[in-house]
Amino acid sequence: MSTEARKPPAQIALKIRRVLGGKAGWNGVAVQFAFAAILGWIGYEIVSNARANLENQHIAAGFGFLRNNAGFDVNQTLISYTGSDTFLRVFVVGLLNTLVVSVVGIFFATVIGFIVALCRLSPNWLLSRVGEIYVEIIRNLPLLFQILFWYLAVLAALPNPRQSISLLGFAFISNRGLVIPRPIGEGGFEPFLAMLALGIVAAIALRIYARRALFQRGQMIRIWPYVLGLVFGLPLASILVFGLPFTFEMPQLKGFNFAGGSRIIPEFVALTLALSTYTAAFIAEIVRAGILSVHSGQMEAGSSLGLSRGTTLRLIVVPQAMRVIVPPLTNQYLNLTKNSSLAVAIGYPDLVSVFAGTSLSQTGQAIEIIAMTMGVYLMISLLTSAVMSVYGWRVSRSLGA
Amino acid sequence: MKRVTLALTLALAAGLAAQAADAQTLKTIKDRGMLSCGVSQGLPGFSSPDDKGNWTGLDVDLCRAIAGAIFNDATKVKYVPLSAKDRFTALQSGEIDVLSRNTTWTISRDTSLGANFTGVTYYDGQGFMVKKSLKVNSALELNSASVCVQTGTTTEQNLADYFKANNMKYEVIAFGTNDETVKAYEAGRCDVFTTDQSGLYANRLKLANPNDHMVLPEIISKEPLGPMVRHGDDQWFDIVKWTLFALVTTEELGVTSKNVDEKAKLENPELKRVLGSDGNFGEQLGLTKDWVVRIVKAVGNYGEVFDRNVGAGSPLAINRGLNNLWNKGGLQYAPPIR
Repeated sequence: MSTEARKPPAQIALKIRRVLGGKAGWNGVAVQFAFAAILGWIGYEIVSNARANLENQHIAAGFGFLRNNAGFDVNQTLISYTGSDTFLRVFVVGLLNTLVVSVVGIFFATVIGFIVALCRLSPNWLLSRVGEIYVEIIRNLPLLFQILFWYLAVLAALPNPRQSISLLGFAFISNRGLVIPRPIGEGGFEPFLAMLALGIVAAIALRIYARRALFQRGQMIRIWPYVLGLVFGLPLASILVFGLPFTFEMPQLKGFNFAGGSRIIPEFVALTLALSTYTAAFIAEIVRAGILSVHSGQMEAGSSLGLSRGTTLRLIVVPQAMRVIVPPLTNQYLNLTKNSSLAVAIGYPDLVSVFAGTSLSQTGQAIEIIAMTMGVYLMISLLTSAVMSVYGWRVSRSLGA
Repeated sequence: MKRVTLALTLALAAGLAAQAADAQTLKTIKDRGMLSCGVSQGLPGFSSPDDKGNWTGLDVDLCRAIAGAIFNDATKVKYVPLSAKDRFTALQSGEIDVLSRNTTWTISRDTSLGANFTGVTYYDGQGFMVKKSLKVNSALELNSASVCVQTGTTTEQNLADYFKANNMKYEVIAFGTNDETVKAYEAGRCDVFTTDQSGLYANRLKLANPNDHMVLPEIISKEPLGPMVRHGDDQWFDIVKWTLFALVTTEELGVTSKNVDEKAKLENPELKRVLGSDGNFGEQLGLTKDWVVRIVKAVGNYGEVFDRNVGAGSPLAINRGLNNLWNKGGLQYAPPIR
């Protein structure tokens, strides 16, 4: 950007001519407008045609159905939901389920992907072969197959609730999922949260101070003991003063299933496992390509400065590699989010399953529901790519400076 | 699954124009030389392909009967397997001429989908299946159970109503297709599998050890299953409706696929009317005079269809029950052909 010569400000009409018309000038502008008008007309025809015919055939149309009662249940809800809630709430429930599996999946995919990439790049023969085998096997098998494999493998390996595996007597694993004690807020909850937040903010401030000290005065400050003290010490002190922040509701086997406690359903585990291991294989290759794109002289320069291999990687190689990594990494994040719609195959209640599936067939309003669902995936993807663009822009700015 | 819905939706949005204006379904079918019939993706007894790829079942036989009435050839049917959630879109978009896919007749489906139910081919009700090893004898003992169900069915709502009304908790796991649901039930993901009772018996046959599983006695809903056609073509509506009535009437009169030719020769006024040697009811429908004879030759009467597919003559061995004729204690009743 900075290398471009500054141009004199053009008048608006000329600007339009240049942007829309290009070399063809005003003729080009006219063609552009005619094309846009035709596109708009086609769109209008499709919508009005469909509307008129829906009306002719007495097929219900419009978004009024969102206020009707759904009348069916969902087995994983992040917000409270019962069968007597509306379809709008079903939409939100499904959306949150999609988001949670995407976010958790993206996190694990990134972690596994980086680890596998480092394995492949490692001078250790065994590690790099293991990394290579992982990538070649996982990325060459269809994702739906992997989801079903994890689901049926997880289910087959686990006992029924009555013979569930007990972890120290408070968490239980069975084919109904992992049940853990649920924290219930008590009197000391608010001060505990406040202290925790205070500790985290103070730790961040400390880090900013330490970085500044390093960059401006070349002074290395060891901050981790203070950070530990702030993040763990302050909440601990609040517990001592105000009492326990929460007590735990223990899960108990009752009839067919565990009552009480929080539960992670096996569908969620299988889907997250499949999505993150699958996407990790692609991320590993992207990261490897990124790191290899950094000239090997950089590594040597780092060690000649007396930095360790890890520090050189962290401070010199990876930041430069990020420029190459971020754009394709964004693609993988988007893919993972979109792939999460395969959840319906194993009964995970994501947006496609509960909204574009159950709600669609209960109401029969296919056009509205599919449009809303597509809109959601579009929004999620645009948001993810916007965030990644900002991150990529920051990475290249800090390198360019 | 998503792709199918999407494609159908787009087809619906863009292609409705042709369908609405062109209400002559019968003519379209004759020109095409094929009846396009929406069926399930595989429910033994109702619609499922055998090892040679031929579709059989009660729902399939209705389509065969219609094809028989139109073409005098029951094989001129193209079967379109549909998931529960894609079925209405396929009908609305004109992909199929008749939806014969164990679909429950409800007011919302009858009024808001742009389609009509033509009658009841099978009176069903929702039930529960459990493993015998759970030692459960009644659905009222199912508190806190996990329940596997196929998504996009009335079953899901009945289930919610039943557990709420009886103040019981449960966990629902909803799958896209029938086979996925059964697989998860067999893998032990849930204690209970619920669907229409006929479906429970049909799916039990698919399990590795059918005798380890039992169907609980409770029936928690009314599930009248019937075929659907699009709005806007009353002639086609009448044809599908009266094909079913013809099946029931012939059973009532004792006309079977074996004796139909002899019965047609008898001097019985009612038989003459029904079998077409008197009056022109078939022509008024847009079919031929001998439409009932063609139907019976194609599939037999309702009793034969029932026995062959779901009744005593089939592995399902379901009792006639509500599906018996009205004069034998059941609900199957047809208006007179006169």
